[in-house]
Amino acid sequence: MEPSVSFFSGFAPKDLLFLGEAALRTMWISVLSISIGTVLGVIFGWILYEGKWAAALTVAPVLDVFRSVPLIIQLVLFYNFAPIVGLNLDPFASGVVILTIYTAALVANVARGGIEAVEPPMRRAARSLGMSYWQDLRYVVLPIGGRAVFPAWVGVALGVMKDSALVSVLGYVELLKASQILITRTQEPFLILTISGAFYFALSYPISRYAASLERKWAQ
Amino acid sequence: MIEIHDLHKYFGSLHVLKGINLNVEKGEVLSVIGASGSGKSTLLYCINGLEPVQQGNVMVDGTDVHAKGTDINKLRQQLGMVFQQWNSFPHLTALENVALAPKIVKGKSKAEAREIAAQQLKHVGLGEKLDVYPSALSGGQQQRLAIARALAMEPEYMLFDEATSALDPELVGEVLETMRMLAEEGMTMICVTHEMGFARDVSDRVAFFHQGVMEEIGPPEQIFGNPQSEHTQKFLANVR
Ligand SMILES: Nc1ncnc2c1ncn2[C@@H]1O[C@H](COP(=O)(O)OP(=O)(O)OP(=O)(O)O)[C@@H](O)[C@H]1O
Ligand SMILES: [Mg+2]
Repeated sequence: MEPSVSFFSGFAPKDLLFLGEAALRTMWISVLSISIGTVLGVIFGWILYEGKWAAALTVAPVLDVFRSVPLIIQLVLFYNFAPIVGLNLDPFASGVVILTIYTAALVANVARGGIEAVEPPMRRAARSLGMSYWQDLRYVVLPIGGRAVFPAWVGVALGVMKDSALVSVLGYVELLKASQILITRTQEPFLILTISGAFYFALSYPISRYAASLERKWAQ
Repeated sequence: MIEIHDLHKYFGSLHVLKGINLNVEKGEVLSVIGASGSGKSTLLYCINGLEPVQQGNVMVDGTDVHAKGTDINKLRQQLGMVFQQWNSFPHLTALENVALAPKIVKGKSKAEAREIAAQQLKHVGLGEKLDVYPSALSGGQQQRLAIARALAMEPEYMLFDEATSALDPELVGEVLETMRMLAEEGMTMICVTHEMGFARDVSDRVAFFHQGVMEEIGPPEQIFGNPQSEHTQKFLANVR
């Protein structure tokens, strides 16, 4: 065993593993928030569309707050104030909650736009075939409107994945936090930020490629 | 049989249908003509319950379309409708467009639904286009697709709302031909149309609408040869 412990040490291969694990955590927190947030966002979008003025007075302002207050403020506020109401959440859970609501608030508007993209005559045609309101939503509005706003949704998803870096302020060791830790120890910011950036790219590139290929498939 | 009794329809304060009384027998082909805004489309929407009514009623085979307890989704299966805009589902192939409703509304198996769809598409002359997406079809073909889609529910009645008005002139013929074929097969049809030739040759009766009132109804010979109402005369003088 090497007894000497130095505070500073150079970048070692095992640090790559450390960053890799952190990248997985970034992916995990993003996947959770984006998927739950998307489901909620679609429901909110539907409420915005169907609720007319009632929704405009209730749901819409709440969603506006979450869309416009900077995420970092939401995270810090929630993490520090949740215990007061008896919610003792660790940084990860707090991050998921806030990122989910944030995603839902963004997706709600995308989803409403998707529903609006399906013109009333199309929906009347579906109903005239005997489809119920829900069958029309599921089999006509969802696929047609969904495709129309898919690029916007991909933009939201990639944005949330990058914004998940902000959960580092709560101490959750995702990719950005891990990079900061390594930079402090190795004093090699350029190297580490480059690697970290490459990880972010590696997470989002397959998604945007897959999205592009889907869009191409739908276009024909 | 479709029985319309003292039907009134308002959009807000706009009185669009002003007491329509009309019976359409099984096997009959009725054409509805009239100026823009006279309430022809609205009449069709009231018949299949796409629009609520404020007074009077519509009975389809004895069922009140607008009654509280009526299962409107079930009733609409009896009432195929074709619109001016063909509204093909763009994300589905021709075959899938037609097979969708039989599958999800009638609960047919996938194979059965596709069988019905293929049969109906052949029926309207699109047997070669089963796996084509609507974007690759002409307007006339898409309108025939819409007809096949409605027929796949095996309706007793077909409602056509200016099925040819949005088409390029050279595509009108193929759709009218399909409608004529249905009429010859004995389908009960209500056709809102601006095609006076079709109304004259194919229909058993022609109804003329004017500002929400059914001004005149009778066999084509009467409406086109010897119209009784002054408004009918004026209207026909203008379209000729
Ligand atoms: N959803 C609606 N809301 C308000 N007014 C409407 C609505 N739909 C139709 N109207 C009005 O009702 C009247 C009748 O319309 P309708 O579409 O039935 O006429 P139409 O005879 O089919 O005319 P066209 O030949 O132009 O299709 C028109 O004055 C129209 O502006
Ligand atoms: Mg009309």
